[in-house]
Amino acid sequence: MAGRWRDLGLAALGLLLLLLVPAFGAPPAIRDFIMFGMAYGLLAMSLNLLIGYTGLVSFGHAMFFAAGAYAFGLAMQSGKFSIPAAFVLAIGFTAVMALIVGAICVRLNEIYFAFLTLAFQMLFYNIILGWVSFTGGDQGLMGGIPRPKFLGIDLADRTQLYIFCSVAFVVCIAILRQIVTSPFGYTLRMIRDNQERAAFLGINVPVVKLACFVISACIAGVGGILLTLFVSGAYPNFGFWTTSGEAIFMILLGGSNVFLGPLVGTVILRLLNDITVSYTSHTELVLGIVILVLVLGLRKGPLDLLAERWENRRQAAAQAIRDAADKDAGKGDS
Amino acid sequence: MDLDALLRCVGTTSCVVTQLTSGMIIGMLLFLIASGVTLIFGVLNVINFAHGSLYMIGAYAAWTFYQLTGSYFVSALGAAVAVGVLGVLFERVLMSKVYGSNVLMQLLVCYAVVLISDDLIKIIWGPVPLSMGMPPEFRLPPIRFMGGVIPPFYLFMILAAMAIGLLLWLVIVRTRFGSIVRAAAINGPMVSALGIRVNLYYAAVFGIGSALAGAAGALAAPVRSLTPGMGFSILIESFIVTVIGGMGSIVGAFVASIIIGLTRSFGSIGFPLFVDGVMFLIMALVLIFKPSGLFGRPHR
Repeated sequence: MAGRWRDLGLAALGLLLLLLVPAFGAPPAIRDFIMFGMAYGLLAMSLNLLIGYTGLVSFGHAMFFAAGAYAFGLAMQSGKFSIPAAFVLAIGFTAVMALIVGAICVRLNEIYFAFLTLAFQMLFYNIILGWVSFTGGDQGLMGGIPRPKFLGIDLADRTQLYIFCSVAFVVCIAILRQIVTSPFGYTLRMIRDNQERAAFLGINVPVVKLACFVISACIAGVGGILLTLFVSGAYPNFGFWTTSGEAIFMILLGGSNVFLGPLVGTVILRLLNDITVSYTSHTELVLGIVILVLVLGLRKGPLDLLAERWENRRQAAAQAIRDAADKDAGKGDS
Repeated sequence: MDLDALLRCVGTTSCVVTQLTSGMIIGMLLFLIASGVTLIFGVLNVINFAHGSLYMIGAYAAWTFYQLTGSYFVSALGAAVAVGVLGVLFERVLMSKVYGSNVLMQLLVCYAVVLISDDLIKIIWGPVPLSMGMPPEFRLPPIRFMGGVIPPFYLFMILAAMAIGLLLWLVIVRTRFGSIVRAAAINGPMVSALGIRVNLYYAAVFGIGSALAGAAGALAAPVRSLTPGMGFSILIESFIVTVIGGMGSIVGAFVASIIIGLTRSFGSIGFPLFVDGVMFLIMALVLIFKPSGLFGRPHR
């Protein structure tokens, strides 16, 4: 229980820090960077619920990111919904889609799961590209997303939009934190480590996996909604396979065993991207080489490695103290 | 949705012949790629997500060899061999390092290779789509058959792909090399304990699978436009083919490729917007009713 209050306190602190950024008049570039980071951060964090906690390597997570973005954008453009109603509607749409895709995929083994999620993502992407009259095809949702006022909040205002996104972001992260520290979260880890044993203990493994898949998809959908609000449009590349690949790479960069790791990875990747773009147009080449060096050189994410080292050192220190204590006790006996 | 057009087409032999041939060339290209994916998976138990890139490199290599030599047959053969060698390098230098680790690491290595090869293609051949044009060997009058028109190159493509598939099947089923490969697929360490250098066989299988993708690229080069990233959509389709046919089964890949090829060619007349959807529907049905695929063994 103490852990829960501490987590909520940390979430409030994080929110406060995020809100302080506009208060101190940070340049728009930094604010934009943070807003992009929040949208993609939710994508990476929610994907890690699948990859890091449940062992479900999904290669199609960006489809839910795009689903949230397009459902929200289309709902707002129809002019029939207020922003909160469209928000809920978009998450509902993402959940239904995840339920269908998940129901087909979660029973499959690891490799099948990876490429079927990839295949479904490409189906969704092709639908977006092909259904030009509805989605605008490769041009994306053009003409901007209307942002009518609700409850006195005006999201057309940059600062209010920033505050709205920060709150939504921190709430999602807090929900994820609650999930991974709950009994459900420990069930997910057990499934990752040994699903036969989990099944023996009476856990309905496919149902738990499906629930995790849907929750994770919904949070990715929120990320998509934030991005739509931010760029005032939705584009097919939100759901392209490279976006899923980037999300996986963010997890690798940040580490899948540290709760906020994927978020750190998001920041690193976006910085890396911005820096390479300013030097060369061949960002993909640079990115690919970085991935190869990390995967083949370190064999895990840099932050995971640091966390592991730190843990080892702490254990070694604790062992040293215990040894010293044993020695003292031995002296006392003799 | 225009099912009338589909019915009208099925009513005339000329339309059926034309659509059958175009369905068969889609199917045979898919078969060459999917059989590589399925062979590599069956023996090494890894999914090569970079297989589409090998197909792309094959097409570009064929284009360059064709510019240099002017002979389509030489360039097709050269592309297949070059991509095969590249595949062996890829396996030895990169993939073999992540066999033991989880799927995530394999996925990331392939993702990196796809990114790098797409960018390298842009650097070497430029981002503008290239086209090879029909080689002079095949600038012949089209073959007329039951009212339909078949370009000679299409016929060559279909026959070449079938011949390659048959050769592959014979090598796997009838030769000593094939029996060692099949044994390694079931129990690699045991084969190794019998004094066979099983790593060499792994590399060879990867090389053969890659050469198949290279050959597919070379066969596609005269009839498709060459763009960076052209490998990705065909990779997804070849996954669908392997799921329908059954992972690890070459016969399954053959049958499923023809199913998907014909769905594509006839579907483009009757329900152009839903072709992808129908392909996925077939795959979903197979997964629900026969998860191991039409010709696959049950999962280990």
